Amino acid sequence: MRTLTYAQAIREAFEQLLASDSRVFVIGQGLWSPWYVGTSMQDLDRRFGRDRIIDTPVSENATTGAAIGAALAGMRPIVVHPRMDFMLLAADPIINQAANWSYMFGGQIGVPLVIRSIINRGGEQGAQHSQALQAFFLHVPGIKIVMPASPFDAKGLLIAAVRDGNPVMYIDDRWLYDSVGEVPSEMYEVPIGSGVVRTSGSQLTIVASSWMTEQALEAAETLRARGLSAEVIDLRSIKPWDRQLVLTSVRKTGRLIVADGGWTTGGVAAEIAATVGNEAFDYLKAPVQRVALPDAPAPTSRVLERAYYPTDKHIVAVAERMMARVQSLALKVV
Amino acid sequence: MTSSDSELLRHLYRTMLRVRLTEERLAALVEAGEIKTPCHLYIGQEAIATGVCATLTDGDYVWGGHRSHGHYLARGGDLTSLLAEILGRVTGCSKGRGGSMHLFAAEVGILGTVPIVAATIPLAVGTALASKMRKESRVSVAFFGDGAMEEGQFHESMNLAAIYGLPVLFVCENNFYASHLSLLERRRADNLYQTAESHGMPSARLDGNDVREVYASARTAVDRARAGLGPTLLEYRTYRWRGHVGASWDEDVGVKRRAELQDWFAADPIRRAADALTALGTSRAFFEELVTAVIGEIDEAVQAARRAPAPSPAELLDHVFA
Repeated sequence: MRTLTYAQAIREAFEQLLASDSRVFVIGQGLWSPWYVGTSMQDLDRRFGRDRIIDTPVSENATTGAAIGAALAGMRPIVVHPRMDFMLLAADPIINQAANWSYMFGGQIGVPLVIRSIINRGGEQGAQHSQALQAFFLHVPGIKIVMPASPFDAKGLLIAAVRDGNPVMYIDDRWLYDSVGEVPSEMYEVPIGSGVVRTSGSQLTIVASSWMTEQALEAAETLRARGLSAEVIDLRSIKPWDRQLVLTSVRKTGRLIVADGGWTTGGVAAEIAATVGNEAFDYLKAPVQRVALPDAPAPTSRVLERAYYPTDKHIVAVAERMMARVQSLALKVV
Repeated sequence: MTSSDSELLRHLYRTMLRVRLTEERLAALVEAGEIKTPCHLYIGQEAIATGVCATLTDGDYVWGGHRSHGHYLARGGDLTSLLAEILGRVTGCSKGRGGSMHLFAAEVGILGTVPIVAATIPLAVGTALASKMRKESRVSVAFFGDGAMEEGQFHESMNLAAIYGLPVLFVCENNFYASHLSLLERRRADNLYQTAESHGMPSARLDGNDVREVYASARTAVDRARAGLGPTLLEYRTYRWRGHVGASWDEDVGVKRRAELQDWFAADPIRRAADALTALGTSRAFFEELVTAVIGEIDEAVQAARRAPAPSPAELLDHVFA
């Protein structure tokens, strides 16, 4: 099958959505500039016109509110925040408005809005150009969140998000833009709320999403070489997340590491750990472990950056500690 | 003034009176403890919603905030559904999920009012953007108070509407208070309408208690928007008689405005319209019959709302998603 990069897959989803549905338009900062969105929207303004690919003033708040208004009027807007950090200026329209709208008015109207939010970190960019804030929005009822890890999912989840009819936050990570994978050329949807087993295993489950999925797959390779069989689940959707898939896997392996690109405290991994504790406690052979960011803002110096971001090596180290713990307990019993 | 002008004024008078008497009834129900949801009453400001909405046609969008009973009624929202919503009934305009501050009437272009100050201003820009993209002639009206002009969303929205030439009316109802703080405690000068100049947008400062002036000025702005000539900011000066929220007069929370109130009672938009109608030869009977009819309608609506069921707890988690 044909392969595309992750950025090309996003671009193809935009292109096909815009070509097939006149209600779809895109609004946000930097849409005419590769400086902001990489190659993921290249030349879309030329193909579809700058009144459908709207590069806006520096107004995250009103731009997002305008997208909500257009959605309520029957359009299918995609509002783009080229850095998740900047999107915090639109917290009111996202949380107070879009996420609450259907419920506040008794389900008489929905907000068919996609909020594309880009994680863009590393390169000594520091605390306000690095954040991965998915957990903030996980907390809020009324908004769905997807975080594709592969080019295939990057395309299929964007199409599903636009067609969903509810507010969906689509979070892509620029660290993934050059990764390559098979992508069908036709339009297709990856169902929101459905995770996928990326590697089967029997002794340990590693749940991840977005860039951390690549790290989890690397870690699973390393562990396999060392004789440990790890199953990797790519969540793909953070909200709703695929409970059944995770619980089934944990009931099989008895061990769980959740790897997330956000902070540890109050994060995605904490939520999944709590759910597994509630619903699969009797199957656990070891405490659930989190691999996520330390509770500190992103530093700049590359030395500190290297220490800050967890990678496959952290996952491997945590996995080996989990296994060692079980072995030492077993020895004591003997 | 022609007979059609006189007819229009009678229509505007009737709308204002209906809003006023509904709000007075709500005030009584608040005082009686039957209404719990926070009600921000529109008494004193009726001419603005009335005059502006009378210039609109089917398909236009109207956006409001926390003080929007008047916008809802002036635009033609159903009275019984409003009362049922405020009384927390499942037959309410928001199915008992919204209360006084979240009103919905899609059939008249009200896609939701919300109490985050200024939050619906960018939404109005968004409906206008949709209209422009679809080459429709719909106009979007954003009603907001003077406090909203202190929010960033307001300024961002003015700019977006101006640069994209969108069919929006930014309608500021300057009632001189944001909650308990007066206008000049919150800004250096009484110059709200001048904000438009820096956005390259026309604006005007107008008497918000003169329903004919409201109607005429809104008519000009609506025609302009519909003709593709872009947005307008209208500052209507008015006064809310009751307190920020509830049925009281705010003296209970230490806001000293008794002298101001007396001046604004004298500028009552409904009395001024009645005086104008009387001068045009409208009979006493017209006024008497109208009051009786409107009170009868409100009585019926209250009774119907009271008879309606509350929402079922079994439906608590419905509609988080559409």
